[in-house]
Amino acid sequence: MSVQEVLPLGGLAAGQSGQFRADHLLVAEMVKPGSKVLDVGCGEGDLLQLLETRGIDGRGIELSREGVNRCVAKGLAVVQGDADTDLVNYPDDAFDYVILSQTLQATRQPRVVLENLLRIGRRAIVSFPNFGFWKMRLQLLIGGHMPRTENLPATWYDTANIHFCTIKDFVQLCDEINVKMERSVALDLYGRPVPLNLPWWVWNMFGEQAVFLLSRGGGK
Amino acid sequence: MQVAIKRLIANEVDGQMGGVKSIPSPAISADERSHEVDHPSSQVAHFGTEQPLRLDCGVDLSPFQIAYQTYGELNADRSNAVLICHALTGDQHVANVHPVTGKPGWWETLVGPGRPIDPKHYFIICSNVIGGCMGSTGPASINPATGKVWGLEFPVITIPDMVRAQTMLIDRLGIDTLFAVVGGSMGGMQVLQWTAAYPGRVFSALAIACATRHSAQNIAFHELGRQAVMADPDWHGGSYADRGIHPHRGLAVARMAAHITYLSDAALHRKFGRRMQDRELPTFSFDADFQVESYLRYQGSSFVERFDANSYLYLTRAMDYFDIAADHGGVLAKAFAGIATRFCVVSFTSDWLFPTSESRALVHALNASSARVSFAEIETDRGHDAFLLDVPEFFDISRAFLQSAGKARGLTGNKDG
Repeated sequence: MSVQEVLPLGGLAAGQSGQFRADHLLVAEMVKPGSKVLDVGCGEGDLLQLLETRGIDGRGIELSREGVNRCVAKGLAVVQGDADTDLVNYPDDAFDYVILSQTLQATRQPRVVLENLLRIGRRAIVSFPNFGFWKMRLQLLIGGHMPRTENLPATWYDTANIHFCTIKDFVQLCDEINVKMERSVALDLYGRPVPLNLPWWVWNMFGEQAVFLLSRGGGK
Repeated sequence: MQVAIKRLIANEVDGQMGGVKSIPSPAISADERSHEVDHPSSQVAHFGTEQPLRLDCGVDLSPFQIAYQTYGELNADRSNAVLICHALTGDQHVANVHPVTGKPGWWETLVGPGRPIDPKHYFIICSNVIGGCMGSTGPASINPATGKVWGLEFPVITIPDMVRAQTMLIDRLGIDTLFAVVGGSMGGMQVLQWTAAYPGRVFSALAIACATRHSAQNIAFHELGRQAVMADPDWHGGSYADRGIHPHRGLAVARMAAHITYLSDAALHRKFGRRMQDRELPTFSFDADFQVESYLRYQGSSFVERFDANSYLYLTRAMDYFDIAADHGGVLAKAFAGIATRFCVVSFTSDWLFPTSESRALVHALNASSARVSFAEIETDRGHDAFLLDVPEFFDISRAFLQSAGKARGLTGNKDG
């Protein structure tokens, strides 16, 4: 297992953090100012706007036309595209960071997407909902139905999320494809980092979502 | 568009007594149109023999002139110039009343006070393309070597030729880098040519409803239009001007065919359906029983009032030849390698002339070049024509793109535009 480190959430002006999602703030902290970033699945551009406030050259890809058009209408450099099919168009090392925020579970080929992220970008930042979270487990174990949460309210038959995983699963995939985990953070239900001195299984149980900073090779 | 329909209905009422009716003769005389060719109601930049325009076909065009309109003021840094590139049948009168037709500027929805491209913030330039017929040198101009109208003696021109001429105009105006180059359809082709050939002179590019090459289907439609012009006995091998006539029937048919390609099945259905024109029952004749027929006839006849038939041949040809990738070893991304220009690409869902797939191919090439690009596809049933119509989402996107680019360019004051 790689280094575990809880990132400081400092550096943001007081009051600024309130308007942004916890995982976005965490991602923004991981990106060095002045770098070039591609946000895959950028939604309505909230993260890109946050990055822009820190002098980062951000670009985005978004699947939904409505999302794209709202981004473009905010002056953001966003194109309509699909993480599964359109990442191949980008050259190697085109970006310092490629971000995949809460989107991995909606791709058809998460492994290929992850490999592409680390081809296009020198680093990748991936966040995803943790299906090992205790509330998820409880719903399946006790309720006997597919888990639904505040952040993942869709029913099993209309969800866009087709490849759920747990933190443990994701770490295993990273090991398999020789991806180095430089930093990893689990956030609890309230967006607070789970303390770093706790073992992985605690993260996997109490992390509602996880954010990983990844780079190529040497992970084993 | 509503005005157009009202006018076409009026036309039809006037013509009802005629029974079987072909396309009406133009209401505006050829004299009015040809006067604009040599003496445009615009500013004119003359380029003498010391400054020829080097054409792709190998000919040096000289002397030649460019007719252009400007709106707003160039700032002290000369950093706020926006070049608008017009489409096939457009001209330099982008935001003022047209001197021939008396109609409003063709892009007043986008360009003008309070619009996304506001003369309060930008120095806006729009020039008639080389090969056009509204004051820039083209086949309807006088050939100085013969003293007669060029006609088919005029050399074949290309989109790169049009842009090369525009660079000479921009030089003449003392502008090094354009803040933005903006255009739709053939205008969009010019935008892309600007970025591919003069990337350092274009800070931002707004390319709308266009493609990096003309498709086989589009070439086919253009050929149809050209054949319609040439089949008109009044065309006379292109030398109609010497005889004081104009092949308006052929040109009107060309326009009618082209106009269908600018619309969509859904838009035609919504606007006209199978509704009859001022009658309850079919007349069992070839009169314009259907509203859609009447509309097309109006489009055809009003077009020939302001456009030269040979110019139509030359400009459609220029579009056919356009293929940026072919000029870069067949690899589109090479055309934009290392480009710093900020791009915004816009397409419309129902545009089947320049479908979204063409814009997507462009965006992929720009991504491969790591260019900064925004790409929006706008949902509308209005077809290719949508870029000229009132589509608020398109205006929001254009405004935001230019404001964001303005911020990066250090332009102040374009925020409230």
